[in-house]
Amino acid sequence: MASIELKSLRKAYGAAEVIKGVDLSIDHGEFCVFVGPSGCGKSTLLRMISGLEEVTSGDIEIAGDLVTKIPAADRGLAMVFQSYALYPHMTVRQNLSFGLENINTPRAEITTKVQEVATMLQIDQLLDRRPKDLSGGQRQRVAIGRAVVREPRVFLFDEPLSNLDAELRVDMRGEISALHKRLGNTMIYVTHDQVEAMTMADKIAVLRLGELEQFGRPLDLFNDPQNLFVAGFIGSPKMNFMAGTVHSADRSLLTLDTGEEVSLPVTGFAHREGEKVTLGVRPNDLRPEDHGAIHIEVRAVEQLGADSYLYGALKDGTRLTVHNPGQTHVTAGDNVALGFDPSAVHLFDTESGLTLREAA
Amino acid sequence: MARVWDFLTATRGGARLHWTDWASYAYLCAGVFLMFFPVLWLIMSSFKTEGDLQRYPPTFLPYQQETLMVEGFDDPLPLFEMTGGDYEGMILAQVRRVGLQAQMVDPTNPGERLRVSIENYRPVDSVTLAWENYTGLFDRFNFLLYFWNSTFITVTATLIMLLTNSMAAFALSKYQFRGRTFVLLLVIGTLMIPQTVVLVPLFLIVSEMGMSNSLWGVIIPGAATPTGVFLLRQYMLTIPDEILDAARMDKASEWKIYWRIMVPLSAPAIAVLAILAIMWRWNDFLWPLIVLTQSENFTLQLALNSFQGELRTEWSSLLAMTVLTLLPIALVFTFLQKYIATGIASTGGK
Repeated sequence: MASIELKSLRKAYGAAEVIKGVDLSIDHGEFCVFVGPSGCGKSTLLRMISGLEEVTSGDIEIAGDLVTKIPAADRGLAMVFQSYALYPHMTVRQNLSFGLENINTPRAEITTKVQEVATMLQIDQLLDRRPKDLSGGQRQRVAIGRAVVREPRVFLFDEPLSNLDAELRVDMRGEISALHKRLGNTMIYVTHDQVEAMTMADKIAVLRLGELEQFGRPLDLFNDPQNLFVAGFIGSPKMNFMAGTVHSADRSLLTLDTGEEVSLPVTGFAHREGEKVTLGVRPNDLRPEDHGAIHIEVRAVEQLGADSYLYGALKDGTRLTVHNPGQTHVTAGDNVALGFDPSAVHLFDTESGLTLREAA
Repeated sequence: MARVWDFLTATRGGARLHWTDWASYAYLCAGVFLMFFPVLWLIMSSFKTEGDLQRYPPTFLPYQQETLMVEGFDDPLPLFEMTGGDYEGMILAQVRRVGLQAQMVDPTNPGERLRVSIENYRPVDSVTLAWENYTGLFDRFNFLLYFWNSTFITVTATLIMLLTNSMAAFALSKYQFRGRTFVLLLVIGTLMIPQTVVLVPLFLIVSEMGMSNSLWGVIIPGAATPTGVFLLRQYMLTIPDEILDAARMDKASEWKIYWRIMVPLSAPAIAVLAILAIMWRWNDFLWPLIVLTQSENFTLQLALNSFQGELRTEWSSLLAMTVLTLLPIALVFTFLQKYIATGIASTGGK
């Protein structure tokens, strides 16, 4: 069992605090993705778990053991680096066996293990080559193989796919997911790509500026974002935000800053009359309607064949994206009225950015 | 071979020679002449006899006067060609010379003595290599002992230097510790102190430690060089930290990271330093001269110096030994020069 527990973990470089007290608990066998914009501290957090980065304060527990002060080598983890970090002067075989040699594994056992892993990752043809003779995807496999061969308790991935081209990235994504299913180990995966996070994760931890914004299952994050940041970060294209003020006594009407009036769901949200709120609607929940309450001027149209996207702006310049299944006749410059299903909206307190959804 | 020829005859392009081709080749030829001619002269001179070396005007090729065994004489007699007088055109052997007159003998008629004026003859020379200059080094002088001393100092000092310098460079490039910049500045700062200034203190230390007149007294003080530390550090900075992190995750000890990861990856820079170190140690003169006082500990450079006496200098032996001294370093350079080029290109060092 290799669950991971982070307890008010902090990291500071001098006066600059990059991790500001993260509490997180990852269960055994879970595939957990740390996601966030660059500079949010997700890689630092991963390196702290790995032991490569010292902890300023707080504790890390792996499988119930306190490992905060234990060196990286003795934590029983394996890591796949963004740059792969293969040893350039060693062949693939030596790269794979280096870790096993360091723990004094018998020769014969090393040979079988390396062969097994190489076959599993389809790199058995490449064992005698050096990293510089491999393609990006092959290097990636070797890097993963080097982690797998040591049979660690936990795998750590630090943006492993960011150096691959789009097509290969999709392939490798599938392979890493498959690997997780086969091995059943706990895995922590760092990425800035929310699509990767959504497709691979059992649990996603969204980080921003060294703080944990939300931790949960991908669809929970998508359906019930805790704050404006998570709402904007998860989902592609981004959620649309419109600022306004609740103005009716029964809380069913919202006046946008542009003066337009839209209806709101009365139940499920804890908004009050007179409160400044931000309305969040996903692009696929907006649709052109003849008598729609929101009016935009379309600035650009993307026709993808099966889908089309309208990019427009409200009167006050707030940008909106509309997802339209199928093809559209709308062109740039048109004025379009939009409507939405009130049950699909999100409501946030403008000041604090927190969701106004009432806990179920 | 064809590639070498192509390289040597490379032009700017086109069938005709551009004026820049002429200029480049003229410049290169001048360079080759300037660099190589003295060495060639040295090699030629090392095959000259002591007498030939004193000849004026000097000749490029080594000449020796031909001699002949003539009946009735115990030693071979030197041959002369007559350029005037009664025997013009004949080749005669000289028996003895008194002032401006010489007593000659015709090799075909050894019974008769002929008197000639030395204005009328010219020695019969032929190109002959005086190998005895070289064999004499082994017979009369202890060349092999000096060679061994030099080799031992060079090899040991280079190995110790590479080990200590690369470890220092590893620490200074890859570890974060308090005072790292200070240590680095200290190392670089020593570059600014001329060697001659520390000569006396260094000698006092060496003699206090009982290493004077011992090869170790030459080896140890030169083992750590700021240049080497700096050069290796600059190279090691270019090795990504992620590789070291990967090794740490692979449970490699810090020593293993140094030995299995850092050293192989710094090989180009280490090769450059090795070549420089070999050249420095092999050519070093001043420090061994100070430390080594007894001739059985002399290096080749000191032995060469000892040929130059106050009253007499044995040029033929000196030159031959110079050639032999140059030889190993030239070989090292020939075989390792490609590392120098790549190493300098990748370290930006000198």
